[in-house]
Amino acid sequence: MAQIKTTGMYKSFPRSGSDTKTSHYCAGCGHGIVHKLIAEALFDLELQDETIIFNPVGCSVFGYYYLDAGHISAAHGRSPSAATGIARTLKDRTIICYQGDGDLGAIGLNSTLQAANRGEHIAVIFINNATYGMTGGQMAPTTLAGMKTRTTPFGRDPLTDGYPLHVCEMINELKAPVYIERVSVADTRRIMKARKAVRKALKIQKENRGYAFVEIIAPCPIGLKSTPLETARFCMEEMEAEFPLVCLRDNSADQPLLPTPKKIVSVKDFFENSGTDLGISTAVPDESFKELRMKFSGYGGQGVLSLGLWLAEAARIDRRFTTWFPSYGPEQRGGAASCAVVVSGRTVGSPDADHPDLLVAMNQVAYERFIGDVLPGGFAFVDLTVPINVEPRAGVRLISVPALKLAEEFGITQSANTVILAAISAFGVSNLSRESLLSSLDAGFRKKPELAIKNKKLFVKAETWIKDQWKSSEVRECESAEIAASEDTAHGTGRGIC
Amino acid sequence: MPLNESGNVNPKQPMPLINAAECKGCERCVEACPAKCLRISDKLNCRGVKAVEYIGKGCTGCGICFYNCPEPYAIVIDKP
Repeated sequence: MAQIKTTGMYKSFPRSGSDTKTSHYCAGCGHGIVHKLIAEALFDLELQDETIIFNPVGCSVFGYYYLDAGHISAAHGRSPSAATGIARTLKDRTIICYQGDGDLGAIGLNSTLQAANRGEHIAVIFINNATYGMTGGQMAPTTLAGMKTRTTPFGRDPLTDGYPLHVCEMINELKAPVYIERVSVADTRRIMKARKAVRKALKIQKENRGYAFVEIIAPCPIGLKSTPLETARFCMEEMEAEFPLVCLRDNSADQPLLPTPKKIVSVKDFFENSGTDLGISTAVPDESFKELRMKFSGYGGQGVLSLGLWLAEAARIDRRFTTWFPSYGPEQRGGAASCAVVVSGRTVGSPDADHPDLLVAMNQVAYERFIGDVLPGGFAFVDLTVPINVEPRAGVRLISVPALKLAEEFGITQSANTVILAAISAFGVSNLSRESLLSSLDAGFRKKPELAIKNKKLFVKAETWIKDQWKSSEVRECESAEIAASEDTAHGTGRGIC
Repeated sequence: MPLNESGNVNPKQPMPLINAAECKGCERCVEACPAKCLRISDKLNCRGVKAVEYIGKGCTGCGICFYNCPEPYAIVIDKP
């Protein structure tokens, strides 16, 4: 004995603690009919186990209660974008975007058109009921001219509210889609055509042929404040006058176009050096290592971000835990730039350095902004060109380095950051080995080995120069420290001019 | 002929098996049925709506009422 019955749906729809075989759709709703068509097609084409359905924001958000397949809920209107990701990573899956006119035609129109234009391998089922059903019958993009809705109580006036949006026709302007058809579920004849269209769209997905778009005019009796039969009549007469039922395109018989396979780049290759090639892969926990938080600041182009990277690289070579956290504006050059580097003997919590132990300020703006944050006992390396018009907190040692000048004298004008690196090494304030600091330049100039050699030379020269200069100013340093100590501070404010 | 939700009373004839508890009374099936063998009941079902019922004869087993029904499990067509 044969039976005509629903297939491809769950046996019951448990929801909010109740077990029911009834859908949540209103009497006469088009969603229920379309759900049955999709479920039947998935069952007949044996696609249930490989199908992922994107449910929209709208009444049919609960599609996952009914259709026995995989489900994902994307943000409002973003199903095509999320589906793009899934379709591209899981190429053997069948992806269905089930969307309403508010979801697809209003908030998600951009995502829809872009996905269609790229010819993503998804089947879009677009439910057009000319209104926002779930929220109470407001005007949708597809609302007919003159049609009364909750937000157009005097009828939609195209001059102020726009004309009904013909999404099928818009998509038909694009080259990539394979199949575009508008159908209806208002009466039996139309339902059977819709059934065919849904099956074709899913078959296109099964055969990996490309983008399929099926617009289904569906009655929403409650949203239109009418009876089910009257709404079905409205769909057939008034809706179809505006949205004719047509198959705009069907290239499903053509050979599908496949893109040229792209070269897959591994993560290791992408980052060029994952650390494993140096025999160093992991940091070693060391509770005795004092965590150091550093801030490097200046304007974009001075190399402060690179300087931070070198410190992080040196920490990596020393097998410390480290983070590098940049902060900069939209400008490639010339804007304020800074980065925070944390070096630790255990896993780093916050990568930021609101109160650094070590500050590098390459210009006045950066100095004024960050100097107050440096903790007592900390160091501040400032370029000599920066006027010291703000005093640091008591206990902070301020060291002015003529970094820009030295770099120019040594013939690499852009390498002021290397001079600062040398100063950090000369003062031994980073708790990192000199060798690591020096060899971090190799990693920093990996793509330009000749610059690495030049900068390493500069590093050595600058370091020697700074050490010599520092010796001569040692006395002054001690004096400052004594003065500060007499002012009830633990460490004193030292300022050495090298 | 009484409605029977659990099975066809006359296995030689096609018949719509109507689960009255799932029916929301939208009348789409009544309107669509070419044999005009469905009607809206006088009585209320457990939800408080007047559900559809089979008049007892005339069903050809075409399935039109099934496809017009928005509910997944309100109508099953039994065909011999």
